Amino acid sequence: MGAFLVRRLLQGIVTLLVVSIIIFVGVFAIGNPLYVLVDPSAPAEVVQETIRQLGLDRPLHEQYVRFVLAALRGDLGTSYVHALPSLELIASRLPATLELVVAGLVIAFLVGVPLGLLAGYMANNWLARLISSLSILGISLPTFWIALIMIIVFSLELGWVPTGGRGEVATVLGIETSLLTASGLAHMALPAIALSLFPLALIIRLTRAGVREHNRMDYVKFARAMGISPQRILVSYVLRNILIPIVTMMGLIFGTLVAFAVVTETVFAWPGIGKLIIDSIKVSDRPVIMAYLLFVVTMFLVISFIVDLITAALDPRIRLVKAS
Amino acid sequence: MGKLSAFADSKLVLLAIGLLGITVLAALFAPWIAPQDPYDLAQLYILDARMPPLSRNAEGMLFLLGTDDQGRDVFSAVLYGLRISLGVAVVATAIAVVLGTSIGLLSAYLGGRTDAVLMRIVDMQLSFPAVLIALMLVALLGTGIEKVTIAIVAVQWARYARTVRGAAMVEREREYVEAARCLAYGPPRIMFRHILPNCMAPLSILATVEVASAISIEATLSFLGVGLPITKPSLGLLIANGYPFMLSGNYWLSIYPGLVLIAVIIAINIVGDRLREVLNPRSER
Repeated sequence: MGAFLVRRLLQGIVTLLVVSIIIFVGVFAIGNPLYVLVDPSAPAEVVQETIRQLGLDRPLHEQYVRFVLAALRGDLGTSYVHALPSLELIASRLPATLELVVAGLVIAFLVGVPLGLLAGYMANNWLARLISSLSILGISLPTFWIALIMIIVFSLELGWVPTGGRGEVATVLGIETSLLTASGLAHMALPAIALSLFPLALIIRLTRAGVREHNRMDYVKFARAMGISPQRILVSYVLRNILIPIVTMMGLIFGTLVAFAVVTETVFAWPGIGKLIIDSIKVSDRPVIMAYLLFVVTMFLVISFIVDLITAALDPRIRLVKAS
Repeated sequence: MGKLSAFADSKLVLLAIGLLGITVLAALFAPWIAPQDPYDLAQLYILDARMPPLSRNAEGMLFLLGTDDQGRDVFSAVLYGLRISLGVAVVATAIAVVLGTSIGLLSAYLGGRTDAVLMRIVDMQLSFPAVLIALMLVALLGTGIEKVTIAIVAVQWARYARTVRGAAMVEREREYVEAARCLAYGPPRIMFRHILPNCMAPLSILATVEVASAISIEATLSFLGVGLPITKPSLGLLIANGYPFMLSGNYWLSIYPGLVLIAVIIAINIVGDRLREVLNPRSER
């Protein structure tokens, strides 16, 4: 277990280093931020002074080393546009994204598992097929389009919920949340549902496949032979076994959803890190772009490391295969 | 024709194939079908602005899907947009197929350390979501038609590499490959002329579905404003441009490009699904 752990950790660090170089070199190649920051008619000395202040006159490798050293101290540069440390900027927007992602996952789980059980249990009737077809649509249709339709129907036509924004926030333990105010919840409903569609589709498919697989297993046959009702077998025997892969998948998909939130947040004007990155790309705000990408990649690696760790702890076979 | 009728066994599949045929033709012949060139400003009249679908202007010209705020015919814009969306998706998928297939074949044929390194890269890339990779690339490279194409290729190549490698690993052990080696054929000839044709089934299934995902990625990036430039209005960009007007009730600006977009994506998925059933007899559905 120790060797596996160290190996996995080293892998993660190497990946992060490679990604950081790619991101740094790539970001360096983006259009010159000076044109955004400095008035084109400004005198040459002002332009020179700005270049010097931002450190853009140094060689690339020197900038990278400086960047890494500063990053290790938690300093990922100052946003050119917001004039705030970029990490601080991300931290201030992160709670909004996280609560959206968590709400989306909870909805996906609460709706997806029952639908998946139904589709797997009923096998081939029309309802099961409808659920499966809808789950394919949920994966293949672009999220932004579904979100737009939701805005047209629920905000513009029915007027049930607002079209965008975050609404009132309540502060709990220094963290702002929309979950505790009526206006916040109303603002959150559509984006959370829109974000939940992708994991919902995955959970339905996973649950359905799990039910079908387990229904053929001996323990289910025995339970049936004992005369236990099919509903009870499904809920207290099969469900318990298929919950493990579902929960693992939800852990892994958490990171994906943070990335996915970019689309949802932009459509619903939700002030999270997804909207921040799109706005930053549009104005070439390099430090924020770099900080966002590094943050998301790090989060991804940490999540997959934790998930691997838990699965390895639960199942010795995985440990042996991966270490060899 | 016998093959086609066996392939299109249900009305749904037939409908999807028909729809795809029409969209491809519409995209190819957009300049001849469209009632106006939507980007020739001389043909636009501001007096025609924001007309609802099926209305006619003073000269009796019919606007099937209405007009936008500059008096542009939405139907024409959708046809031209379809051309751009399909074009980008098909070109990007073609490049990704060639790149991914070559890498996958190479990996399977050479084996050993090359295989290990290439597959490690593939694993690393597949562990990140497509949106994140695409976003990372447009953040790094900037926006524009060739940057979006690169982003789609970067998202997709690893999937082809993995699929082709898997199929080629099986084929590599077959006798005909051994026979080809005995005939002293060089590795490129064995890889591309002997092994590749036998990997076509999984490759063609994947490539079909991936065209839909390429369309979706391009549309998403363009909708977010980090995809194609305003001078190349794809369907995603049309939806984004129409979005502000939708809030004031001019729904047709976004709805029609969107409907065409999802119709194409769904049709491709249906055809891809059917392809999977036909080409993979073991698949249980």
